[in-house]
Amino acid sequence: MSKDQIIKSNFKTEEYFINMGPQHPATHGVLRLILTIDGEIIRNIEPDLGYIHRSIEKMCERDSYQQIVHLTDRMDYLSSHINNEAVCLVVEKGLEIEVPERVKVIRTIIAELTRIASHCLWWGVMGMDVGALTTYFYAFRDREMINDIFEETCGARLTMNYNIPGGLMFDIHPNFVKRVKDFITHFKTKIPEYDRLLTGNVIFQKRTKGIGILTKEDAISFGASGPVARASGVSCDIRKIHSYSAYDQVNFNEVLFTEGDSLSRYKVRIQELWESLSIIEQLIDNIPEGDIKVQTKAVIKLPKGEFYQRVETARGELGVYVNSTGTKNPYRLKFRSPGFSNLSVLNKIAKGYKIGDLVAIMSTIDIVVPDIDR
Amino acid sequence: MTNQEIQHIIASWSDKLEFTEEESEFLNVIVPKEELYTICEQLKANTDLKFDYLFCLTGIDWGSALGVIYHLESTTFRHNIVVKVKISDRENPIVDTVSDIWLTAEFHEMEVFDFFGIKFNNHPNLKRLFLPAEWEGYPLRKDYVDEVNMVIK
Repeated sequence: MSKDQIIKSNFKTEEYFINMGPQHPATHGVLRLILTIDGEIIRNIEPDLGYIHRSIEKMCERDSYQQIVHLTDRMDYLSSHINNEAVCLVVEKGLEIEVPERVKVIRTIIAELTRIASHCLWWGVMGMDVGALTTYFYAFRDREMINDIFEETCGARLTMNYNIPGGLMFDIHPNFVKRVKDFITHFKTKIPEYDRLLTGNVIFQKRTKGIGILTKEDAISFGASGPVARASGVSCDIRKIHSYSAYDQVNFNEVLFTEGDSLSRYKVRIQELWESLSIIEQLIDNIPEGDIKVQTKAVIKLPKGEFYQRVETARGELGVYVNSTGTKNPYRLKFRSPGFSNLSVLNKIAKGYKIGDLVAIMSTIDIVVPDIDR
Repeated sequence: MTNQEIQHIIASWSDKLEFTEEESEFLNVIVPKEELYTICEQLKANTDLKFDYLFCLTGIDWGSALGVIYHLESTTFRHNIVVKVKISDRENPIVDTVSDIWLTAEFHEMEVFDFFGIKFNNHPNLKRLFLPAEWEGYPLRKDYVDEVNMVIK
């Protein structure tokens, strides 16, 4: 008889509830998980949402399209530029505006920088969640360089609001190209350092390898997207499938793994850092000259109809559904946020594991709570 | 597969379906609510269609009726379709759940119930997702009024 079986036969265990959050460092925001546990084994996870729900969709129904762009920063704040882009693209689709090539390229470069910044933050926090404090400082050092670039060009470090329907708010700063190139040179030496520090670490591998396995069928059925789905072998990169902005001008690989465990979700994001660097490198020397916006009317009225735009944020697929009746406000606007669907897989993949594993699994799902609560 | 071919396959399942491509980039099919579940089941199971990815589920208030809009994609063929269902009973709107066909619908339907009050038959865990359980009314309906918390322009 094994040790576990002896304990089980001698002690009767009972299931009980425990709250994880809403104020818990591992939930990365105000998310409450109601755990049903037996000893330390998780039997059921029920997320309790809405602690920071602001009803952005309702606010959108009374706002103009320019105002809506600003609200989207506050959903997934780590992909703020990409969120802005989604709304701008859907408005441009409705107005049938073709933005200048210069705008497309700049948007793409900044979107990829945003992705790197987001993955950096994720990597730092991921390390911390499994007990490695150093990663946090390494990642924030590198992320700081991107934030400085944003500050110089966009005027803000996090919620940038650089996109407007029809183009960009202002042109890039004269230092932009040089600083981005400096960053690429710097960061290329740092990703191998990330690998040496955490990826190959035995303790880290034991915490993530074979833990929290999401099958391909479940990933599709749960509507998972982004690195979570790609780690399970689902090809779902919107940049490739429904290409937008300048993604059709660059060569990059969609990173796919098939294991579906925590470690492969981790590896997808590390590989994506390289892919993002490669996209920026292909574009940074060839930013076309030209206008930075197409002048739109002060009051934008979308024609009657339905418009849908999908973009790939750092977390996965963001969809914006606009139902317009031809007025200056949308009749109904829905954000299909990647975090919301990705969170729903949690109960499926973390059942049967220990609470410590849940922390690692949640970290690899990369939850941003305002994105779920909207 | 082109929209015409998709329409041709689906139209043979029932004669109560309405198709439209106007004012939308997708093929739209309006399904009576009694047939929603069987149509959805076939959309996923049909080997020529394989709509296995429900990428967006939206509740909507059309004024005269409430509705649910399902955006579907096939991860194999990459074609899309939009399924719409109208529910004219505003007092007690009920429609079948699709959460056992696409698991992602479970959370999305809870959100729709929370904000539009549409009830989903056979849903495993239908309750308010974001708002507290004692909240009155359904905020995303057009006739919802909250004099304290809403800024009305």
